[in-house]
Amino acid sequence: MTDRQPPAGDLRSVPALLARNVARFGNRPAYREKEYGIWQSWTWAQAAAEIRALALGFLALGVKPGDHVAIIGRNRPAHYWGMIAAQMCGAVPVPLYQDAVAEEMAYVLDHCGARFILCGDQEQVDKVLEVERATGALAQIIYTDKRGMRKYDHSRMNALADVQAEGRAAAQRLGPQLDALIAGLDYDSNCVMLYTSGTTGKPKGVVLSNRNIIETAKNTAEFDRLDQREEIVAYLPMAWVGDFIFSMGQAMWSGFTVNCPEGAHTMMTDMREIGPTYFFAPPRVFEGQLTSVMIRIEDAGRVKRWLFRKGMEIARRTGPALLDGKPVSFGERIAYGVGKIFVFGPLKNTLGLSRVRVGYTAGEAIGPEIFDFYRSLGINLKQLYGQTEASVFITQQPDGQVRSDTVGVPSPGVEVRIGENGEVYYRSPGTFVEYYKNAESTASTKDPQGWVATGDAGFFEEATGHLRIIDRAKDVGKMADGRMFAPKYVENKLKFYPNILEAVVIGNGRDYCTAMINIDLSAVGNWAERNNISYGSYQELAGHPQVYATIREHVEAVNRSVAEDPMLSGCQVHRFLVLHKELDPDDGEMTRTRKVRRAVINDKFADLVAALYDGSSSIHTRTEVTYEDGRKGQISATLRIEDVRVFGGATQQKVAAE
Amino acid sequence: MMQAHEGYVTDDGRQIGGTVMELKNITLRFGGVVAIKDISFDIRQGEIRAIIGPNGAGKSSMLNVISGFYHPQEGEVWFKGYRRGPMKPYQVARLGIARTFQNIALFDGMSVLDNIMTGRLNKMKAGFLSQAMWWSTAEREENENREAVEKIIDFLEIQNIRKTPVGRLPYGLKKRVELARALAAEPQLLLLDEPMAGMNVEEKEDMSRFILDVNDEFGTTICLIEHDMGVVMDLSDRVVVMDYGRKIGDGTPDQVRNNQDVIDAYLGVAHD
Repeated sequence: MTDRQPPAGDLRSVPALLARNVARFGNRPAYREKEYGIWQSWTWAQAAAEIRALALGFLALGVKPGDHVAIIGRNRPAHYWGMIAAQMCGAVPVPLYQDAVAEEMAYVLDHCGARFILCGDQEQVDKVLEVERATGALAQIIYTDKRGMRKYDHSRMNALADVQAEGRAAAQRLGPQLDALIAGLDYDSNCVMLYTSGTTGKPKGVVLSNRNIIETAKNTAEFDRLDQREEIVAYLPMAWVGDFIFSMGQAMWSGFTVNCPEGAHTMMTDMREIGPTYFFAPPRVFEGQLTSVMIRIEDAGRVKRWLFRKGMEIARRTGPALLDGKPVSFGERIAYGVGKIFVFGPLKNTLGLSRVRVGYTAGEAIGPEIFDFYRSLGINLKQLYGQTEASVFITQQPDGQVRSDTVGVPSPGVEVRIGENGEVYYRSPGTFVEYYKNAESTASTKDPQGWVATGDAGFFEEATGHLRIIDRAKDVGKMADGRMFAPKYVENKLKFYPNILEAVVIGNGRDYCTAMINIDLSAVGNWAERNNISYGSYQELAGHPQVYATIREHVEAVNRSVAEDPMLSGCQVHRFLVLHKELDPDDGEMTRTRKVRRAVINDKFADLVAALYDGSSSIHTRTEVTYEDGRKGQISATLRIEDVRVFGGATQQKVAAE
Repeated sequence: MMQAHEGYVTDDGRQIGGTVMELKNITLRFGGVVAIKDISFDIRQGEIRAIIGPNGAGKSSMLNVISGFYHPQEGEVWFKGYRRGPMKPYQVARLGIARTFQNIALFDGMSVLDNIMTGRLNKMKAGFLSQAMWWSTAEREENENREAVEKIIDFLEIQNIRKTPVGRLPYGLKKRVELARALAAEPQLLLLDEPMAGMNVEEKEDMSRFILDVNDEFGTTICLIEHDMGVVMDLSDRVVVMDYGRKIGDGTPDQVRNNQDVIDAYLGVAHD
C-alpha cells in the first residue's frame, strides 16, 4: 500500500487532509447519516463542497482567525463539517457535551469566549440563550435543525443551510481569502480545544494542535492498519477526545467512512445496518449488551438455550486462541466453525459486530468475563489507555497480545516511564499544547521536557512489556512491611462479581488487607428468591450465612488471582465483613459519581475497621443514616467478620528471604 | 352564507386567519337524550381551539359532529365556505379533516410505520392490481408516501420504534403514533380527542410540545378536547366551555378562567 504514504510536509492540517482525500478517494463515501429512514451519504468530494460552503458562510458572518467556534449537538455530519469549516477560517472548534445543563455550559462558553455557537437543535439553542441571559454574552448562533425555530429572534441567528447558501453566493468574493487562510494552517496551528470533564475542580480546556492530532492519527492508524475501507459509527459525545480522534483524526488520515446514527435510541439498529469494521465502546456499553443478550437467552426456549450454552463453551475454548493465532486442533476448528454458523455468527450479527476487525475499549476496568465473552465470539476487542492530554493514545494492545488485565504496550511514538512513586508518565507527539488560559495547571502537569503525569499508578510486566494500571496514584500506598497497597485494583476485581456492588479495601500502613463489602441487592435478592431464602430487610439479607459463604468464595477467588501477581500479592484480603447498609452519596460515603470516599469511610466506620484488625469475630455497631427526605436516623447491627484463605504467601516470603 | 370573520393576532404573535369551520345552532339528540343543545361557535385558520367541560358535557359528541361522524338534527355545519351534509368517513378525510381517538384506535399487530402509512391511503391513487404487481405508479406513489411518513416520524421523534408492532408500545407512545397517523393525511383541520389522557407529566409536556410544533410548522388548525385544565390554558388560543350540552363560555383562556358560569360548572354551586 505504497500510495498511503503521505507526501511529507503537505498534510499538516485537517483541511489539507480533506483536500488529499478528495483527490484520492473523491467518489468514496466520507459521511453517512441515517435520516428519514434512509442512509444519506456524502462522498469526499460532496462533503468537501459542503464544508467549503460553510467555511465561506462563516467568513461572511465574520469568523476570524483565533476565534472559538463552539459546537453543541449530537453526532451529525454537519457538526463535523462545522469543525473543519472553523479550522479553515483559522478558528478553533470547541465541541461541548450536548447533555450538559445550562450552568455547566455557561462556564465553558465564558471561558473560551466563543463568538460563534453551532447548535444542533432548538433544545441547544434554548440552553445557549439561557446562558446568554445570565452572563450577558452575545454570540452568533447557527442551528442545524430548523424545527421549532421559526419564532425566534433571528437578528443573531442563522440556520446552517442558510449560512451555507450565503457562503456559496459569496464564493467569488471570499474564496481567495479562504484559500489564503487554509494555506496559512500548519502543524502548530490549533486543531481543536476539548474540555476535560472536571472531576477535580473546574473543567480545563485542553488545546490540541494539528501536530498532536495528525501525528497520533497517523501512528495509530498504521498500528492497526486502518485504511479507507473502514466503517465506523460515530455515537460517542463529540466533546470527548476519543470521538475527535476516531471520527476526525483517524477518519481524515485514513479516509474512512464516518456513519452517524439517526439518534441515540436507534443506535443498535443503525449499528447493525452499518456493520462497523472499527469500533470503540466504553466497558459499560459492552456490559449492557451482554446483559441484554443473557436476559433474552434466559427467556428463549430450551433448545435455543442449550444451543447457546454449547456454542459458547466451544467459543470460550477456541475463540481467543484463534484470534491470537495460537495453534488450534483441526477438530476444534471444525467445532468452532459449526458454532459460528449456528450460534455466534448470528449473535455477532445481532449485536452489529460481525465485521469488526479492530475493537477497543477503555476508560475503566472491564470485567474479564465480559472481555472474554466478546473475544470468544471472535471479535478482536482490545484495550487501550489514554487521556485527553495525550490525544487519547498512551498505550494499546497489539493484535495477538490481548489480555483483560493489561492496557498494552506504548503506542507508536509514545514514550512511557514509571515514576518513583509508581505514577505513569508519558511523552508523545500527541501531548497537548496547553490548558487554555491556565498556565499554572499546564506547568504543573507537563514538565519542560514534555513529560506528562497521568495521575495513575502502574507498572510494566517484565515478561511481556505490557503496562498495567493499578490505581489512581494518590490512592496507592504502602503496607507496614513496605509492599505495594493498591486498593482499587482489588476492589475492581471484587466488583466484577454481580453479587458485589461495592467494596472498600483497607490496608494502608497495616500488616494485612481487609475489606468491607456491599452486596448488590438486585443480584443477591434475585438469588434469594430463586433459592427460597426469605429475608425481611437489606440488613438481614446481607448477614445471611449463605450470602456470607458466597461472598467468601468470591473473595477467595480474588485472592487467588491477586496472588498470581508478585508485586501486588500483599493486597490479598485476609478478613472481611458485609456491611449492613449500602454506601450512599447521601451519607457522604461516596461521591455523586459513585466513587468511594476512603477518608469518610475510615472515619465513620472506625469501630468496624478496628474490629477487622483486632481479631474479633463479630462487632455490634450503630450507624447514622440519612433518609431521602433529609431526616437522619440510626441503624444498629451485629456484623460478623470472617477470615479468608490467602494464597502464595510462601513465594513472597522466599523472595524476601533471598 | 357563512360570515367572513377577520383574523386576529395571538399573544405570541401568530397571525390567525378567517373562519375555517362554523357551527351554527347545533342540536344533537340520541332518542330522548339531548347531547348538544343549540351550540354555535367557529374555528379559525391556524388556531388551536379547545373544547372543555366536565364529564358528560357533550364534548366528544361535539367533536364527532365536527368530524362529520354524527349529523346533528338541527343546525348547520359550514366547512371552508360550504354547508356540509351527512357524509361518509372517507369523504371527511378527503375534505382535509383528521382525528385521533380518546381510546387509541390503532392496528395493534402492524408496525408503527405501517400504521402511519394507513394515514396516507387517501393520497394513493394506484389501483389494487397495480399495487399488487408493484407497477411504476404504485412504486412511485409508495416511495413518495413513505418519504412523507418518514418526515413525520422524524418530526415526532419516533425513529427508534419505526418497525415495532404498535401493540408492544407503552400508552404515551401509542398516542404519539396516533397523532402521526393523523398528520400523515396532511389535514387542514386536526381533531384531537383527549390527547393527554392518562399520561404522566413528562409525556404531557412532550405531547404539548408536539401539538404546538405541528401548529407552528405545518400551520395546521387544531381543535382539541382535554381534561387537564393547565394544559388547555397553556396550549389553546380560544376555548369553548360546555356543560350539560350547552355552551357556557367561549373566549381566550383568560376570559374563560374568569367566567363565573365556568367556575360554577367546575367547582359546583351551592343550591339553597
